This record gives sequence, C-alpha cells and structure tokens, in this order.
Amino acid sequence: MKARITVTLKNGVLDPQGKAIEHALSGLGFDGVGQVRQGKVFDVELTGTDKAKAEADLKAMCDKLLANTVIENYAVEIA
Amino acid sequence: MKSAVVLLPGLNRDRDMIAALTKISGQAPATVWQTDTEIPDVDLIAIPGGFSFGDYLRCGAIAARMPVMRAVAEKAAKGVTVIGVCNGFQILVEAGLLPGALMRNASLKFVCRQVKLEIANANTMFTRRYQPGQIIRSPVAHHDGNYFADAETLARIEGEGQVVFRYAENTNPNGSINDIAGIVNDKGNVLGLMPHPENLIEAAHGGEDGRALFQSALGIAA
Repeated sequence: MKARITVTLKNGVLDPQGKAIEHALSGLGFDGVGQVRQGKVFDVELTGTDKAKAEADLKAMCDKLLANTVIENYAVEIA
Repeated sequence: MKSAVVLLPGLNRDRDMIAALTKISGQAPATVWQTDTEIPDVDLIAIPGGFSFGDYLRCGAIAARMPVMRAVAEKAAKGVTVIGVCNGFQILVEAGLLPGALMRNASLKFVCRQVKLEIANANTMFTRRYQPGQIIRSPVAHHDGNYFADAETLARIEGEGQVVFRYAENTNPNGSINDIAGIVNDKGNVLGLMPHPENLIEAAHGGEDGRALFQSALGIAA
C-alpha cells in the first residue's frame, strides 16, 4: 500500500520561504501569482493491507513525528 | 553542583557547554548519549547547540524522539533544572517540554552575531543573578530561531512571566514574535533560549554577561 502525506503550514503562521518563492516567481515574470505557501510531501510505503489501520497509523505518524502540529496541518491520502 | 550534558550526533557546541559548566560549577559535567535511557543524579541537564541529525525534517525533531529525551522529560517532571541552548531550545519545543515552535529566520539567512538581551523576568531560577530589565550581550548563531506561538499560548506565557529573555535595542535577529529569545516552562525549571550564554562567560570571550545565567541555574553566588 502506498500513501502520501502532505504537511502544510497553518493559516496565520508566517512562511518566509513561501514569501521568497512568491517574490522569485514575480521576478521571473509570472503575473498574477498570489500567496505561495511551502510545504512537505512524504511518500510512505506500507506493508499491511488493512486500509483503516493504515490510516490510523499514518495519522499517528504525523502527530508523533512528521508534522509539528503547533504550526503545521497534515493530510493523509492512501492510493 | 552536578550537571550533565546531552550529546547527540550533529551537535557542535557541546564542548563549549562542557567548558562553561566545568569552569562555573567547578566540576566537569557527566555526558549522556542519545541512546541512554537513564541520566545520572544531577542538579542540571544542558542540551547544547548545533545541528542534531543535520536538522533533517525540522530542527530538533529527530533528536526530540531519541530515548535520552524521554529520560530528560522524566527528570524535568521531577523538578531537575534543564537548559536548552539554540538547537537545544529547538529540541525542547519539539519534545513538548516548552510551548511554541522555532521557525526559519524571517530574513531566511543564517545569523551569527552579537545581540542585546533584556532580562524580561529576573524572578526565575535562571535569571536571579541578573537585575530586572538588565540588558546583557550574547552571541547568536542560528538559521531557525524565529519563535512562534499561537495567540492563546503567547498570551499565557507572557501573562505568566514565562518569557525570560527578549531581544533588546532592535537586535531581534530572526523575526521572533514579541522579540522572544528565551522562555521557561510553566513550572519554571526548563529554559530554552536561542542565544549562546555559554560563549560569553570569561574575559577571553570578551565579556562574562552569560555567566550569571549558569550561576543562577546552579545556585552559585555571583
């Protein structure tokens, strides 16, 4: 089973890297770029076949390590 | 007074911390490794600065999940004094021993310079040898020292006097909210700060502004 975890900064948390990327895109001449927020993607392979258990495990992985829930949100997607 | 220094792969300020504790307390600290599950009986545990685990994932995130940090948490819960400097501060927030988070500097640049710090609360076990409102100097060297906490947490730590050090005189090097440079936990026995007081403890360093922090924490007269 393959899963993808997306970690993004919560709204209201300043993202200086996203801001720098936003400015760089404008500098390249891309008009109409609004806010850019940078995040992380984790592709996780799981050996089990129980989808419900996998989802619970992946959420626990996010809470315990992959995301810092003080500043980040996460989304879990199982292929 | 007995102390211990936590060692993790990628830390690089451990020798500075060991030297500072040795000089100020009069005895060399014990060292504990990342896989150690027990910490000897000490009065103070220090987590030095550096780049534990290469700052992978988030600064301090991997270190915070190592067995030694469970031991640190147990000691902290029993009231043992804990100081985390720089990466040590990042590890303490990642371990949930201190509130908030440390994010990339607002400038996106690594900063290595001297800043001014205001003693925002002189009534803590880490600052009792300073005067309230005293301005001291301290070196900083970090890429991710931009302190953040949600509005509710911020109001709580400000209200409870948990903000101990604040960047002063427009020297905030990283965009930290409310110029926060160092905080304590609600019990007051765990301190995290981005600046490096261990690098300003004797004349050879160009000053000893950081010395009183260790004297305070170790209960040694100034």
